[in-house]
Amino acid sequence: MFESLTDKLSGIFDQLTKRGALKEADVDEVLREIRLALLDADVALEVAKDFIERVRERAVGSDVLKSVTPGQMVVKIVNDELVVTLGSDDGGINLVGTPPVAILMVGLQGSGKTTTTAKLGQRLTKQEKKKVLMASLDVYRPAAQQQLATLGEQTEVRCLPAVIGEQPVAITKRAMQMARLEAFDVVILDTAGRLHIDTELMSEVQQVRDAAKPVETLLVTDAMTGQDSVNVAREFNEKIGISGIVLTRVDGDARGGAALSMRTVAGCPVKLMGTGETMEALETFNPERIAGSILGMGDIVGLVEKAQQVVEEEEAERMAKKMLKGLFTLEDMAQQLSQIRKMGSLEGLMGMMPGAQKMKSQIADANVDDKMIAHQEAIIMSMTPKERKNPKVIKSSRRKRIAAGSGTTVQEVNRLLKQHKQISTMMKKAGKMGKRGLMGGNMPPGMMGGNIPGMR
Amino acid sequence: MSDDAGGNGGGGWLGRLKSGLSRSSEKITGSITGLFTKRKLDAAALQDLEDALIAGDLGVATATRLAGSLSDQRFDQEITPDEVRALLADDITKILEPVARPLDIDVNRKPFVILVCGVNGSGKTTTIGKLAGQFRDQGKSVIIAAADTFRAAAVEQLQVWGERAGAEVISGQPGADAAGLAFGALEKARAGGADILMIDTAGRLQNRKDLMAELEKIVRVIAKLDDSAPHATLLVMDATIGQNAHSQVETFKQMINVSGLVMTKLDGSAKGGVVVALAEKFGLPVHAVGVGEGIDDLRPFEARAFARSLMGLDA
Ligand SMILES: Nc1nc2c(ncn2[C@@H]2O[C@H](COP(=O)(O)OP(=O)(O)OP(=O)(O)O)[C@@H](O)[C@H]2O)c(=O)[nH]1
Ligand SMILES: Nc1nc2c(ncn2[C@@H]2O[C@H](COP(=O)(O)OP(=O)(O)O)[C@@H](O)[C@H]2O)c(=O)[nH]1
Ligand SMILES: [Mg+2]
Ligand SMILES: [Mg+2]
Repeated sequence: MFESLTDKLSGIFDQLTKRGALKEADVDEVLREIRLALLDADVALEVAKDFIERVRERAVGSDVLKSVTPGQMVVKIVNDELVVTLGSDDGGINLVGTPPVAILMVGLQGSGKTTTTAKLGQRLTKQEKKKVLMASLDVYRPAAQQQLATLGEQTEVRCLPAVIGEQPVAITKRAMQMARLEAFDVVILDTAGRLHIDTELMSEVQQVRDAAKPVETLLVTDAMTGQDSVNVAREFNEKIGISGIVLTRVDGDARGGAALSMRTVAGCPVKLMGTGETMEALETFNPERIAGSILGMGDIVGLVEKAQQVVEEEEAERMAKKMLKGLFTLEDMAQQLSQIRKMGSLEGLMGMMPGAQKMKSQIADANVDDKMIAHQEAIIMSMTPKERKNPKVIKSSRRKRIAAGSGTTVQEVNRLLKQHKQISTMMKKAGKMGKRGLMGGNMPPGMMGGNIPGMR
Repeated sequence: MSDDAGGNGGGGWLGRLKSGLSRSSEKITGSITGLFTKRKLDAAALQDLEDALIAGDLGVATATRLAGSLSDQRFDQEITPDEVRALLADDITKILEPVARPLDIDVNRKPFVILVCGVNGSGKTTTIGKLAGQFRDQGKSVIIAAADTFRAAAVEQLQVWGERAGAEVISGQPGADAAGLAFGALEKARAGGADILMIDTAGRLQNRKDLMAELEKIVRVIAKLDDSAPHATLLVMDATIGQNAHSQVETFKQMINVSGLVMTKLDGSAKGGVVVALAEKFGLPVHAVGVGEGIDDLRPFEARAFARSLMGLDA
């Protein structure tokens, strides 16, 4: 709740901190470098091209923070766009359904399916208190079933005993049957590695899917996969339908562009990442970390973030000081009004503030009607700068002029001036709320960090 | 980019390029076929060519250079897609020829010790099984050391391969010291007069200093018995690998002096294009390629065939 408020407020500050906009030439120059970085990180070419096009549109014309070069600003915008692209949708494992629900693990040979199966089994058992059964459907790779059985012993997660000669679909049915009889919550099916172009094995896994009706089908991929990642993701998704991606070997020094490629072409989230060979090394996917490693420009991103923080702190302080003194000019009001128009009603906004209940009636008195805001903005625009700074000088003749200039009436001008007075008194109070209040100036820097330039 | 990009058939070939890139097996091929029916090799065409090579994992630098050299030969000339592919395949063949060298077994080394390493899941154990099968067919006696004492059921997996290939597998307890195990296996292979000893190691990521040091220790320890061993150190890489292959070769080479590469899983849609860049940069021999999961699915690395497959041409 509080976060969403600070997000909205930082939107306001954004307006105030405008310091020139990014020019197309600046953006293009940096994006050439970015293209190389993405390709070097194994982002598939087609995905890199589309991504860069999207960033270009977003970046041109957006604001540059003070103390930051246009180039640095573009890098930050790219980083933020990467984080958003990699991280949209939440990465939780879906277990919704009548138990036992099945999770199907698929992927190329050696991508990390068996290891991830055991890690996930342990995680669901320990963290979510689920009763988990694992089953190996890998009847091809030598000792594959033994591998999962051993990991089952290590993790103390039950593993379906293997029956020699039993085929994958039959194993699946037996696993689901056992899970029903013994009241398991989750069955994780570890399949044999297969090439997406192997039609026979792809149809086998389709049959397994139809027998198990999984709530999750996870495509397990190695973080060092190259350009072929798009083909793998596309084919597995078309043929089997995947609901999530697991990126393994994130503990390596590969930059992991495959995550972006696969996420983009398969249109499903990266849910988990493998960060080592031990059974604990499974984490919820961290888009910031992978975005950082794909881009490989962490120092620049950090620098811009620092600059952002400084600006936000300064602005927060400036606003707070102003308000404490009751120096809430009509110009400020016009700006706030236009923001409020964008973000919903003032009442709603104030309602979210801690300790703002009392003010509610005052706001009602102030009669800030969203529909009238456009009129009010027009009124303010018709004032001279001097009038906006110091409303006290606005006597009756000036009021007439302003009303005529804005196509409103003197009553409306009067009402606006009254409202301004009320709001600035109210803001003064808000300022005095100090640490707990919204403009206290003592807000921890991170709290204002919600604004992403160019991403409103 | 010039207006020519719209070339024959309006915006057609750009679109075809895109769909070409997206289709797996015809990746590079499709795009190049899509590009020209017969058109001028202009700047736009070259850019598309370069893109197609990048999409084949050759990396930006190598792709740019190859496209550039084609441009030097044929700029502004009319050219067909087949000609483009053939010319590029020729250039790539030239780069790969020097590294296409089979694994030579020096019969004076007894046993000839082959250390096999690589990142996790790249195909080390399978490749050892396949090699053991080939050596048996050549009438050589083979011993395999199961020095992957870490991964679950790694020993059992290797034992199955040992049975398939008729090779003895020497193993220890899970978690045992890999170097000690390799040492013991070499002693045994010597005593038994085996022709070849292959050492399977646990997969490890090259940025793990501790695990790389463990590998170094294996080398150090077996050198105590035979200071010329290991006689070959193979780095096994999977064809789906992208640009991280550079870091892998560099680190493994630096730590344990890799003598040659094997590339696996070429039966997939990834064609291992990074090998071209690796050949230019490191010049390490590429001994063999894996083309399936069966014991017979290991082939010699042939520069011309590899280059043509990369360009989507029949070998
Ligand atoms: N399609 C195909 N699969 C292969 C090839 N080589 C190995 N594989 C498969 O890739 C998977 C991993 O192979 P392994 O030989 O176990 O790899 P590894 O490097 O020993 O793996 P770790 O010891 O776990 O690091 C297995 O499922 C193999 O069957 C190949 O050339 N083509
Ligand atoms: N470093 C690292 N190794 C991993 C990770 N996930 C799996 N592995 C290793 O990758 C290799 C192949 O894994 P496995 O689960 O057998 O792959 P599968 O063939 O897809 O079932 C094994 O050596 C695992 O220990 C990871 O996140 N990090
Ligand atoms: Mg497996
Ligand atoms: Mg192995």
